[in-house]
Parts: sequence; C-alpha cells; structure tokens
Amino acid sequence: MAGAASTTVDQITSANQADTHTQGHYTTTGLDNRKIAIWAFIGSECMLFTSLISTYLIYKGRSLVGPYPHEPWTDPATKKVFPAILDIPVTSASTFVLLMSSLAMVLAHNAVVNADKPRTSIWQSSKLWLGLTAFLGAVFLCFQAYEFTSFVHEGLTIRTNLFGSSFFTLTGFHGAHVTAGVLWLLALLAIDFKRGLRPSDALAVDLSALYWHFVDVVWIVIFTLVYLIQ
Amino acid sequence: MATIAAPTYAPAAAPPRVADEPTGLWSWLTTVDHKRIGTLYLFTSLFFFVWGGLEAAVIRAQLAGPNMTIVSAETYNQLFTMHGTTMVFLAIMPLSAAFFNLLIPLQIGARDVAFPRLNAFSYWIYLLGGIFITAPVLFHVAPDGGWFGYAPLTTKASSPGINIDFWVIGLQILGISTLAASFNFITTIVNMRAPGMNMMRMPMFTWNAFITQFLVMLAFPVITIALQFLIFDRFFGTNFYTTAAGADPLLWQHLFWIFGHPEVYILILPAFGMVSEVIPTFSRKPIFGYPVMVYATVLIGFLGFGVWAHHMFAVGMGPVADSVFALTTMLIAIPTGVKIFNWISTMWGGAIRFTTAAKFAIALVGMFTVGGISGVMHSSPPADLQQTDTYFIVAHFHYVLFGGSMFGLFAGIYYYFPKFIGRLMNERLGNWSFWTMFVGMNLTFFPMHFSGLLGMPRRIYTYDADQGYTLYNQLSSIGTAILIVGVAISLYNLVRSWKKGEVAGNDPWGAGTLEWTIPSPPPDYNFAELPRVTSRYPLWDVKAPALTREVPHSERGDRELEVQGPGALNGDHDVLGTADINPTGGPGPRGGAPVMANAMQRASERPGGRLPTARELGIPMPNPSIWPLVCATGVVVMFCGLMFLEKSTKLGVSVMVLGGLWTAASLLHWLTTPLEDAH
Repeated sequence: MAGAASTTVDQITSANQADTHTQGHYTTTGLDNRKIAIWAFIGSECMLFTSLISTYLIYKGRSLVGPYPHEPWTDPATKKVFPAILDIPVTSASTFVLLMSSLAMVLAHNAVVNADKPRTSIWQSSKLWLGLTAFLGAVFLCFQAYEFTSFVHEGLTIRTNLFGSSFFTLTGFHGAHVTAGVLWLLALLAIDFKRGLRPSDALAVDLSALYWHFVDVVWIVIFTLVYLIQ
Repeated sequence: MATIAAPTYAPAAAPPRVADEPTGLWSWLTTVDHKRIGTLYLFTSLFFFVWGGLEAAVIRAQLAGPNMTIVSAETYNQLFTMHGTTMVFLAIMPLSAAFFNLLIPLQIGARDVAFPRLNAFSYWIYLLGGIFITAPVLFHVAPDGGWFGYAPLTTKASSPGINIDFWVIGLQILGISTLAASFNFITTIVNMRAPGMNMMRMPMFTWNAFITQFLVMLAFPVITIALQFLIFDRFFGTNFYTTAAGADPLLWQHLFWIFGHPEVYILILPAFGMVSEVIPTFSRKPIFGYPVMVYATVLIGFLGFGVWAHHMFAVGMGPVADSVFALTTMLIAIPTGVKIFNWISTMWGGAIRFTTAAKFAIALVGMFTVGGISGVMHSSPPADLQQTDTYFIVAHFHYVLFGGSMFGLFAGIYYYFPKFIGRLMNERLGNWSFWTMFVGMNLTFFPMHFSGLLGMPRRIYTYDADQGYTLYNQLSSIGTAILIVGVAISLYNLVRSWKKGEVAGNDPWGAGTLEWTIPSPPPDYNFAELPRVTSRYPLWDVKAPALTREVPHSERGDRELEVQGPGALNGDHDVLGTADINPTGGPGPRGGAPVMANAMQRASERPGGRLPTARELGIPMPNPSIWPLVCATGVVVMFCGLMFLEKSTKLGVSVMVLGGLWTAASLLHWLTTPLEDAH
C-alpha cells in the first residue's frame, strides 16, 4: 500500500512540474490548488471549533450537579466530596508536548525542502522530525486518554452534567483531529522510508504542517479558555 | 478587423459532439466531468423538487377546506417537515449546485473544477444522503420535527421515534457533500481563472457563487456541531439539549439560525447571480454598476452572519438583543435593494427581448421585492411578534424562495439548457409555463398574507370553518394546482427539447460571457485553447464592441497579457483569444486567430459537426473513477450504523466499523490513483 502511495506522490509531483503551464494545470495564483483548498478547509474548521468552544463557555457554571472543573463539589445525597476535576499541571505538560510537536513539524518541512543538499548530520533527517512530530502527537493523545480515564474514575462522564457533555465533546473533537493528523504524518513517514521525500514533496508536507499547526493553535485556545481561566 | 461576424450556423441536424464521448451507465457512475456531474445534480434536484412539490400538494389538499381529514395530524407533521427539508436541502441547494458545476469552470475559462473526483464524491454523497432522508416517507416514519428540528423538541425525551434519527443523520451526511463542494469551488474560482480573468472581470454568477461558497464554508460547520450535539444527546445520553440538566433551551435555536440565516442567502444568491447573467443579455446592456453589485453581494454575505436572531424575537431575548438584530436586519435590506435597483437600471433603456428566461428573471425582480418587503416588515420585533409562526411568514419566505430562488433557477434552466444540451427549449411552451407558474405562485402565496394576518398558525393540520381562513386557503389550494400545471409544462418542455429542440449553436442569445464562445454542448475539455480575457464581456468585445464601450477594460490586465494592437483598450478590437494561449509567452499553435472563431471553424470543418477530441488537441484530461462513488457509499454506511445502535450495540458498531474501513480503503485507492495519466 505504501508503495502505491509513493507512486502517486511521484506522479502528482512530476505532473505539477512538467505541466504547470499547459491547460488544465495553469493556476491563477501560481499556487497549487491543494494549498488553497487546505486554507478553505481550515477556515471551515475554525467555525467548527468556535461552535464547540462557545457551547462550552455558555454552559460553564450551569451544571446542576458536579463534579465541576475548578472547584470541589459535595454530593448532597451521599455527602461524597468530588475534587475539582481539571488537573492543570498534567495538562500543561501535554500542552508543552503538543507545542514541541509543532517545532518538530517545522524542522521536518525544512528537512524535506533541503533534502537534496548534502546531509552533514542526523538533525537534517526528515524521517527523524516527521517521526518525532507523530510521536509527540501520540504522546499528547496518551495524555488525553489518561485524562479521560481518570475523569471517569473520579465520577465525570459525558452523561454526568453539562460540563461533562461539553468538555468531553470539545476535547474529544480536538483529540480526533490530532489522531487524524498523526495518521497523516505516519503516511508521510511511510513514504519517506519507502523512497525518501524530496524537495518536490515539500507541498505534501506543507499541507500536513498547516493542518498540524492549526490543530495546535486550537489546543492553545482550548487550554487557555477551558483549563487556565477559572 | 473591427468585429467578427456573429456565429451564423447553418441549420444543423444535431449539435456538435466530440468523437470519443463515452456513453452508457458506467460512464455516468465514473464521471468526473463537471458538466456531467452538473447534469446529474440537475436531474436529481428536479426529481426532489417534484417530490417536495407533491408533499406540498397533499398539504394544500388537506388545507383546502376546514376540518378535512385527508391526512392525520402525524402525517401532516411529516409532510411539512419533509416539504421544507426536501426543498431546502435536496431541491434548491443542489439545483444551485448544478449550475455551479455547469457554469463556474466555463465562466472562468477552466478545463474543470479544481478537484474533479471530489466533485463527483459531493454528488454521490448528496444522492445517497437524499435517499437516506427521503426513503422513510415511504414507511411512514419520516422526520416530523420541522425543517429546523428545534431541540429540545427533537430530543429523545420528546421525540422517541426513529423519525428524527433519519433527519439528524441525513442532514449530517448532506453537510459533507455541501462542505466538500464549497472547498472545491472556492479553490476553483481563486485558482483556476484563465489569464486576464481578474476578480473584477468575473461574471456575476461566478461572483455570487463565490460568496455562496464562503457562506457554506463558514455556516455549515455550525449546523454540523448542532447536529452532532443532537446525535450525542439521542444516541449517547449527553445533556446538550436536556433542560432538566440545566441546558439552555435556546442553544439549538442559536446554533441553528447562525447556520440558518446564511443558509437563506445560500439559497438566494445563486439565483441573484443567474438573473444578473440573464437580464444583461436580454437587455443587450452590460450589468449596471458591476462593482456595486459585487460589493453588495459581499456585504450580503458579511451581514448574513449578523442577523440570525431575528428568527427568535418571540423567545424574549431582551430589548438590547432585539434592537441590534432588528437594525442589522434592516441594514441587510440595503445591499439587497441595491441589487434590485441595479437590475432595473440594467433593463432601463435596453433593447429587451422577452424570452422565457428573461420573463423568469424579471419576475424574480418583482416577486423577490414582494418577499423582501414583507421580510423587512418583520425585522421590527413588535411587528414580528404578531406575525411569527403565522401564515404571513409562510407567504414571506415562499415569495423569496419560489418567487426568488426558483424563478431565478428556472430562468437559468431556460437560459443555459441550449448551452449544455445543444438545443433550445420551446419558447411557446416556456411562455405558457411561465405565465401559469406566475399566476399559480401568486394565487398560492398571496392569500397567505391575509390568512396569516388573521392569525392562522403555521404547522397546524386543520382549522375551523368559523375562523375566517376558509376563503384564503381555498385560493391557495387552487393556486397550487395551477402552479403544478406550470411546473409540469416546463418539465415536459425540458424532456421534449432534449431530443427535439432546435439546434442552438454556440451563442443562441447573443450573450457576452466566456461560456458562449465554445460549442454547445461544450466538449469535455471545454476550451480548445486557454482563453485570454481582457474585459467583463469578452464575447461582446468581439461581436458587439459598441455594447461594451462603457465597460472598463483594465489597462494593467491588457499589458500583463501583452495584448497587441492599437484598438486593444477602446473596445475596437478582437482581443479575446488573440494570439497565443500560453501565458508564458511565445506564439501558440494557432497564433492570431480568435479562440471562438477557431472552435466554430473546427466544428464546421468536420462532417456532422464533429469536434476535435482532447487527445487530438493534446489537452490532459482527468480519468473517470468509480472510487468517489465507492467512498461515498462507505461514508453513508458508516452513518447508517448509528441507526442500528439502539437495537444492538454490537450490530451498530460493526456496521460503523465496516463503513469506516470501506471508506478508508476506497479513500486510499482514490488518493493513490493519479487523476491523469502520466504524459
């Protein structure tokens, strides 16, 4: 399968290079169509997350029962005390991991752009940086899996209250986006191992990078609005 | 060398064709050609238009007299829900999409859309999603919560049946189609305009389509989330719309109308664009105030996101919110009014030809104004409180949607049929159809103003004889019967003209935009040579320069294109397609001869009007592919899995996993197969 994938990238790239000026490949802006499309897609995604985040904020503090995000809650029936749910130190760590993955992504793109130059050190390897980006993304997802599991153990599920519904849906949607991004990066990594990514593949990496940075920026907004502001 | 003679076609037996045109069912299932996909959209949406119309006919039969019992209250709920859902999502939007597909690449001088296979995928999702949401009608389990599906009414607690499940999942499926198409068309318009076709030279239809795509791109994610919340509430027990858990009963209304009001402009802007093509052609004048028309469209798109809560005045948002939304709503009437005046000014002093297309277009100007004025009436909250949920609102939005959108799109059908089929529709039948529809439409919807002001509520399946609604309802029901006859004549005309219509030639109407420079029907590659554009009406520049003397021709654009000759800037020239087609410079294969003259000549050179094939011209063409259809099927299967969840979690999850794997596998195959052969 990876073999087939690499053939395509070859063909797409060669087609782009050879036929930029013939009919059917002429573009008004000189940019590849896919670059325009990913920006349109990201614009659309902005509204998707705006809706999710707005709903979370509208429902903040309106849950009739706990547990609550920032303050402890005592169940009036059982007198059981539920501590504040959100664990800011742990999530700060996962946020740092995701931010670093963006740095790795930039270096991966840079490595692909310069893939034809003679390589002097391992730090110029696109495989290293693509792999690291995907790895850090996966670590972030592990953090999220841990967070979700511990919340459920502490008594907060997606059905418990408005906070649970809006929190799990918002962060779950973000997690799904990170998962898609990790799969995308792994596909690129597979192509890289199969035949090596060349500067002519820079656009393919650039598209995934735009998506990855976008998902990262969304997390910064979520982290600020959901975790930091009480 | 002032002008080139208008295309004088000797009466031909058949429209010109390319020799290697594929035929048969498989060629339609695998097509990635924007014109064929547009044709598929056209027929599917017309089918759903008839379907939704029949639902309306049953509604009107039920309301033809007091206390009638043709249908039960439950069936009536399903009927008005499905009538609205069908007309909005399955008839008008896809009919507009048919024209986006058919026209955008031709109007901007492109070979196809930016992503031909994604385009096919959009269509197949639309078809399958349409079947998904419509089929329950046959089993009497159709959605019954209104086309707006207000939660908490549509939550499991209030609507336990599977009716709403079909609605919420069906709309989610259809949203994928619309969003994918919006990315595709935005990219196409931004990036695939022919050399010289700068933004301010784009035909008005393309401009309106462009703004519509931005509205789709930004509004559809909001309903996606609203629907997702509802799906989670219904299937997984979340609390988004559970008021018992403290949920805001207005959350759905806000999310829905943040989508729903831009949606109104998604429905009307394509029709506005169509009219802006038809009126100049049949007035033989360039559109009046082109830049203002463009800015008005942009402004409508922008303000369209700031007026949603005028659908919610009755919920009591407080004086501040009411005032703000009343003001923005009044404000948005300004750019819309600008358009009305610009169309009138375009016609003013023009040599108007009253073809069927022109009649529908001019009727839009009048009928939309009626709907627009009643719309401004309920922008005022005190007035709205009296009118909300009455038939007055029904009258208002049917004037906008039928007198506006549908009339505009019917104008488009009559106007563009000859371009895509190569034959003219019958004008006599068209004339009959127009006047029948015009009378029927007004007789149906005008009395609703009165029944509404008398207080007749919407969505109630019957009324009493002593309430005073009987006369107006009888008039409306008679009007509907007339309207159905009118639509039927046009559909008959369409089918009949398919084979028997008069052969049209490239430019049957004497229009000015790029799509009329190429043969009808256009060959699969559209333009034999990449056109070069130096004004808004390139064809008029060549055929009737006197018409465009007032139209600005960008000097910069001309310089960039190295247009030769002293007449290049004053309209007395043959700029279109002059010389080479290669934007990098150097003479093209047929240097010096205008594109359309070439195309016409080539068509007439060959026996039977055969056009050269893409291969002969050396134009790379996208390969047909079945994978968009396979992939779309997988997506729909995945969503179907949700329907089984309640019966058996294991079965539901299995179906979803199967659909997911199916989608992933076909997507992989799709992405790893090149669009074009290596060349």
